[in-house]
Amino acid sequence: MKENSYDYQIVRGFTFSALFWLIIGLIVGLWIAFQMFNPALNLTPWLSFGRLRVVHTNGLGLGFGLAGIFACSYYMLQKLSRTPLVFPRLAKAHLYLFNVIIALAALSLFAGMNTSKEYAELEWPLDIAVVVMWVIFAINVFATLVKRQEKQMYVSLWYIIAMTVTIAVLYIVNNLEVPVNLFKSYSVYAGVNDANVQWWYGHNIVGFIFTVPILAMFYYFLPVSTGLPLFSHRLSIISFWSLIFAYLWTGAHHLMLTPLPEWIQTVGIAFSIFLIAPSWGSVINGYYTLRGNWEQMRSNYLVKFFILGITFYGLQTIQGPTQGLRTLTSFFHYTDWVIGHVHMGTMGWVTMTISAAFYYMIPKITGTGLYSIRIANVHFWLILVGQLVWTVTMWIGGIQQGAMWKATDPDGSLTYNFLDSIASLYPYYKIRFAAGIVYFAGIILFAWNLVMTIRKSQEVKNQPLNR
Amino acid sequence: MGVYSKPVVFAILSAVVILIGTVVTVFIPMLMPSTQPVSDYVKPYTVVELEGRDIYIREGCNNCHTQTVRPLRTEVLRYGEYSKPEEFAYDRPFLWGSRRTGPDLNRVGGKYPDSWHYKHMKSPQSMFDKSNMPPYGWMAENRLDTRYSKKKISILGYGYTEEEVERQIAGYKARVTSPSYDSKEARNEVTPEELRNELTEMDAVIAYLQKLGRDVKNMEAEE
Repeated sequence: MKENSYDYQIVRGFTFSALFWLIIGLIVGLWIAFQMFNPALNLTPWLSFGRLRVVHTNGLGLGFGLAGIFACSYYMLQKLSRTPLVFPRLAKAHLYLFNVIIALAALSLFAGMNTSKEYAELEWPLDIAVVVMWVIFAINVFATLVKRQEKQMYVSLWYIIAMTVTIAVLYIVNNLEVPVNLFKSYSVYAGVNDANVQWWYGHNIVGFIFTVPILAMFYYFLPVSTGLPLFSHRLSIISFWSLIFAYLWTGAHHLMLTPLPEWIQTVGIAFSIFLIAPSWGSVINGYYTLRGNWEQMRSNYLVKFFILGITFYGLQTIQGPTQGLRTLTSFFHYTDWVIGHVHMGTMGWVTMTISAAFYYMIPKITGTGLYSIRIANVHFWLILVGQLVWTVTMWIGGIQQGAMWKATDPDGSLTYNFLDSIASLYPYYKIRFAAGIVYFAGIILFAWNLVMTIRKSQEVKNQPLNR
Repeated sequence: MGVYSKPVVFAILSAVVILIGTVVTVFIPMLMPSTQPVSDYVKPYTVVELEGRDIYIREGCNNCHTQTVRPLRTEVLRYGEYSKPEEFAYDRPFLWGSRRTGPDLNRVGGKYPDSWHYKHMKSPQSMFDKSNMPPYGWMAENRLDTRYSKKKISILGYGYTEEEVERQIAGYKARVTSPSYDSKEARNEVTPEELRNELTEMDAVIAYLQKLGRDVKNMEAEE
């Protein structure tokens, strides 16, 4: 199959959509980080923390995360099946529809139209649009896979298939609601059931957006950018099936010590512990792929993104199950510890892997090489340091708040009132804000580098005589 | 190797694999009585409380306030009796939350008089200078929209007739606009003159907050 018959326009479109929503989502993130220690930035109802936090999570999770996944999926799909997209015009419609949905999502969330269910806040008309968009994506995935030239499907394609199927199930089941009008609906589930469905969704939407497709990228882009074959095909098979099997049992670790039936909580803990094994299967597969070639950490600028990324994934998948244990959850839950946990995954694992995938794809597409490897290296160090300071600060703050909530005087009364506990965190919130600025600077360099790479390729095209 | 070269079979197999845990931990529990307990003590929200709850959702209050007290010694000391499953029978959606930037609210009903809430919502910092809660004084400047109240009640199946819905709204309005309302002064301070004889969004949110945990407190008082 000729290289130039692949549809790279769609990859480019989603790459730059991802960068756009990444920057918007981070600006909102910085805004709410400031509000946490100074409420003066709650300037208007639509800039109040309660509304903005949802814009932040949706903007980055669905805007940046999904766009990055679509960009890389369309690329890997064509490369790994050695077949051009079957329906390129449908893919183009997908790109436009996606950006319209995210823009309307942001506007409606600013306006306070939300269902309150975390990562499923969009009201029902947008839910329907999301489902339509997902079907459009799935048609291209399966049509291209059915028509593929390559006999075997590589591991990355398994993860893309699992994501495509699972997100559809999760999204539809958790968003079943009865409309009151165009802007308001009520969940079909009540109370304990609603909580159980929501956190089954909440945990797995994170799993099948921030884990499964990111692993697809890792399994593809690490070997192609290093020229090293994957360490173990067998290990990747075991990791894949046990990961997607176990994931769906674990949502209840978000509901420890709530009125949810105790057996569901206990099953959730058991499978969470089990999940460490398949998660580390991928981590080990990644590390061993580099065996004997670790000098690439220095010589190949992309490798450190992948290796640090998978390292944060490894830490994340030990921290998660551990903090879900009853004794630890009674201390950590509802504190900033969990906020730190989430951000190690998103700012570390997810963003580092997507960064390297974009740095690999865009120069391949334009055929001109990256604008500046030095800027990419600075970007790496800024987001690494920014993320580490950010997350470690939140963990310390979480420990402090948890301890203050539990502290009692010798007579058995509480030592601190609630306000003491939150006010004691303001110094941490200021450090977190500063770390966020460092991280944001790294992301700006990332976006700049890719924009300039495209510019450079256009200049080369416009000067045919110099070639 | 069969399945790795058959995308459609692979997709079906994946769906089966992910549905096993889903069926056991989510679908089957839906049919079990333990996830839908009922109690004679727990009453559905009144119309005004429900409208207040919808404003609570609209403003994303659940992003900073949980509504579930865990069965832990210090938690019960701080907030009151731990949360029971039957308390949430009428909650669509549930609002347990996941982060406590502010305190839990599951037992806040009856803890403070309405006047406390009017002042606190208007300016949390005027009462607690270190608080990071956003001010919500503007809610008192919005007339409460009850156009969809009847439809909401019928969707949620609370069982009030249309007359009952109107009676509840008129009744709550009469209560907060009455000269003998115990929080009249605080309410007048935050409510613009032209809305003092109307129901505002702030009235509804406070009605909702005062409902939280009230049924359990009544139950304890009877025991």
